[in-house]
Amino acid sequence: METERIPSLEMRGITKRFGEVVANRNVNLKVYPGEVLAILGENGCGKTTLMNMASGIYFPDEGQVFVNGREAVIRSPKDAYDLKIGMIHQHFKLVDLFTAAENIDLGIRGSNLKDVNARVREIADKYGFVIDPEKKIYEMSVSEKQTVEIIKVLYRGADILILDEPTAVLTLQEIRKLFSVLRSMVQDGKSVIIITHKLNEVLEVSDRVAIMRKGEHIATVDTCDTNESQLTEMMVGKKVALNIERSEPLDPSPRLEVRHLNARDKEGLPVLKDVSFTVNGGEILGIAGIAGSGQKELLEAIAGLQPLDSGEIIFHNPKKDKPVTYFHKSQRRVRELAKQGAFHYTDGRPVDVKTMTRRQVTAGEVLFNEDEIMNLRDKTPLQIRQLGVRLSFVPEDRLGMGLVGNMGITDNMMLRSYRKGHAGMLNRKKPAELAKQIIQELEVVTPGISTPVRRLSGGNVQKVLVGREISSAPKVLMAAYPVRGLDINSSYTIYNLLNRQKKSGTAVIYVGEDLDVLMELCDRILVMNSGAVTGIADGRTVEKEELGYLMTKTHHAGGEEAEQE
Amino acid sequence: MIHLAKREKMNPLAAWGIRLAAFVLGLIVCGLLAFLMVEKLQKEPGKILDFYKCFIDGISSQNAKSFFENRKLWVFMKNTAVLLCIALALTPAFRMRFWNIGGEGQTLVGVLAAIAVSLYLGGRKGEESLLPEWALVILMFFAAVIAGAVWGVIPALFKAKWNTNETLFTLMMNYIATFLVSYFLIIWVPSGSSALGKLPYGSLPNIMIYPEKASAPSNKYLLIILISLVLAVGLYIYMKYSKHGYEISVVGESERTARYVGIKVKTVTIRTMILSGALCGLTGFLIAAGLDNSVTTESVGGQGFTAIMVSWLANFNPLLMILTSGIIIFLNQGADQISTTLSVSGAFPNVVIGVMLFFIIGCEFFINYKICRSRDERKEAVR
Repeated sequence: METERIPSLEMRGITKRFGEVVANRNVNLKVYPGEVLAILGENGCGKTTLMNMASGIYFPDEGQVFVNGREAVIRSPKDAYDLKIGMIHQHFKLVDLFTAAENIDLGIRGSNLKDVNARVREIADKYGFVIDPEKKIYEMSVSEKQTVEIIKVLYRGADILILDEPTAVLTLQEIRKLFSVLRSMVQDGKSVIIITHKLNEVLEVSDRVAIMRKGEHIATVDTCDTNESQLTEMMVGKKVALNIERSEPLDPSPRLEVRHLNARDKEGLPVLKDVSFTVNGGEILGIAGIAGSGQKELLEAIAGLQPLDSGEIIFHNPKKDKPVTYFHKSQRRVRELAKQGAFHYTDGRPVDVKTMTRRQVTAGEVLFNEDEIMNLRDKTPLQIRQLGVRLSFVPEDRLGMGLVGNMGITDNMMLRSYRKGHAGMLNRKKPAELAKQIIQELEVVTPGISTPVRRLSGGNVQKVLVGREISSAPKVLMAAYPVRGLDINSSYTIYNLLNRQKKSGTAVIYVGEDLDVLMELCDRILVMNSGAVTGIADGRTVEKEELGYLMTKTHHAGGEEAEQE
Repeated sequence: MIHLAKREKMNPLAAWGIRLAAFVLGLIVCGLLAFLMVEKLQKEPGKILDFYKCFIDGISSQNAKSFFENRKLWVFMKNTAVLLCIALALTPAFRMRFWNIGGEGQTLVGVLAAIAVSLYLGGRKGEESLLPEWALVILMFFAAVIAGAVWGVIPALFKAKWNTNETLFTLMMNYIATFLVSYFLIIWVPSGSSALGKLPYGSLPNIMIYPEKASAPSNKYLLIILISLVLAVGLYIYMKYSKHGYEISVVGESERTARYVGIKVKTVTIRTMILSGALCGLTGFLIAAGLDNSVTTESVGGQGFTAIMVSWLANFNPLLMILTSGIIIFLNQGADQISTTLSVSGAFPNVVIGVMLFFIIGCEFFINYKICRSRDERKEAVR
């Protein structure tokens, strides 16, 4: 039967390269009038790139595009519109100060605004949108803005609609509404392509599913003939052996306890939902999940950069049988702790601090009885440091957050430590030594220690950043996507560094996207989806499919899942 | 097809070569324009050398007996020093990517505050001063610095609190400063011209070592010139070797990095604008006590805006600003000289300045970008 129908859009043998990276390799795709095609895949598997080629943002290196059976050359979004293809991007492109109708009419020679309003209403009525064409964009909710974007595309006469992750920013009710209008559009004979990584939505709304993995098209199946586990399996693929070293955790004891974290982003949407877990010293805890599931916010919350609605971040400073140090600057604090019986002498006698001077206390004779327990919630990064908590953080955005691109390696080494010393002047001697040491030990390729780091290659930039973060002998090391964009050798250097930290007793949190790496590197793997923890698995025994399933599971089953492992 | 691509980094020597070439090219174009626009030259084309000689004459008196009596040279250095001071004042803010274009107003309130002190505590001509001269000068200094700092910190506070746009805010503060001066002039000089005239007390040359030589240019201007040079070196050290300077650079490069390492962005913004405003106020003090002993709405005369260019041209390097401010003043005085020597209308000297600046600023484009053909781009991509 399919042979009789002409696909409204067909992509044949599409290949697209960005430099050495192949974003799409020989992809074939068909979408027919009157159906919803879902494109399913993990992050970076080339879904959006592929659709950008259909909508004229990129031009394929190889392959052909057919629209209604005829070969088409799409060189610009305007070409795409002429072929009645419209794409609704993840990030809306609307003028805040204009009304919905003005935005919709923007760029197509100004018609009478009254006519535009009328036509917008007409389209809205036809498909069941709720919209006020005279409302200004800045007064609108995210879902209303999305409606404007969809109507904009319909207004221009599109028959093929491409929606890139349309549900990412919507509430459950809004998603329902969106799906119902999508269905009415399909009934009208239009083709809808929806890019997503949420399995339940795929099963709910689509007629067929095209699965992509690492830039390749794996299969296209009819939605009615498939189920979640089959889709997951196709999405994540078979396990690949990488031979990353993994030692047994030595003497694991709780280092950082995260309890019931809740947080919102700037728009007030929840980004962390009741996140709880414990990471031990001497282990690597992996965090898996589709990008934007709250990994970044979680790490930033721990680092003191993300405001919290509720929850606690408890840090166990491993102080047992360690001497009181200069970090406990205030005598009063030391006395308070002593009153609580927090200290003992090297020979085990309890301490009476009253009779001792500060110098005697910090001379190394007085030891802690127990680990010091601190709550890091609502502390700024500086306060965390001043508490003596050695927390290191390798952020995802290396040059925008972790380093200063226009500064040399020495000056970047100082970022964490420049406050040391009492004078108002900088001391570049130690940072310069550290810079030289890191260049030598991590084999950073750079013309010199004062070359701006933005001019180094991605791998070298990352070595500089990781090198700095581990130079302070951290008790907790958090790394977000530390091998993204790195070549194999540099990646393994980073894995080795993380392993070395683990062996020295550091609690390592590794946020990654490659499941194979997570499964070989990490002792335990925590999976997040839309801001919530969907499960914690043992890195040595977990199946890849299970991780894939947890990553796409929408409704998390409370703490039960986490306890099972 | 021709398109533009950003250069990675140019060899500094080559970059200076380009700048020099642009300067020379600018002079040649100015010469050609002179033939078109100046009647005297059209009649006697041989006098073109006179045209170029004007630039030299602009900064050096022909009949000066010695370096110390070369009045024009000292005026040149004095003007450079004042412009340099304002440019230096703006630099910490610019390094932080806080576009303080309120140098004019911040300097002007400095002048106003210093003159207010001189007027109320010193007095007008014929009146007895309440304070000894040195005390008056010190008070003027503090008044000017505080006034400038306040004028600078207001936009910073608004930026920190409500994220207002600092460019517009500092610009608007300039107008407020100007009208504030007009207002006080009406109060101080209720009748007639609204011109305050030179005040007798609170003058820097008066407390210099050789008061009897106070009117000699070398003596009158030396202190200002020295202060500006000390300031340039001091600010260079502050920006490059101090913790504050480091924080300013980090905040300027990326606020997210600053937050990540625990730098308080708001504190740094406010602190830096206090410094920037205070240095403008200091310049205001130098103008008030060292040069004018009076205030008008034109006391700063647009140098607050010219200083923005000085700072940018030097790529925010305080030491290079000595050179860039010198070049700007050199052109200004050369242009003035052209209008007297060649007796041309007021517009032509401005044309000369405009053409020269066009070349000087324009050449930066060729230092930062390269023009390549599309075919070259493919080669780049392969590499």
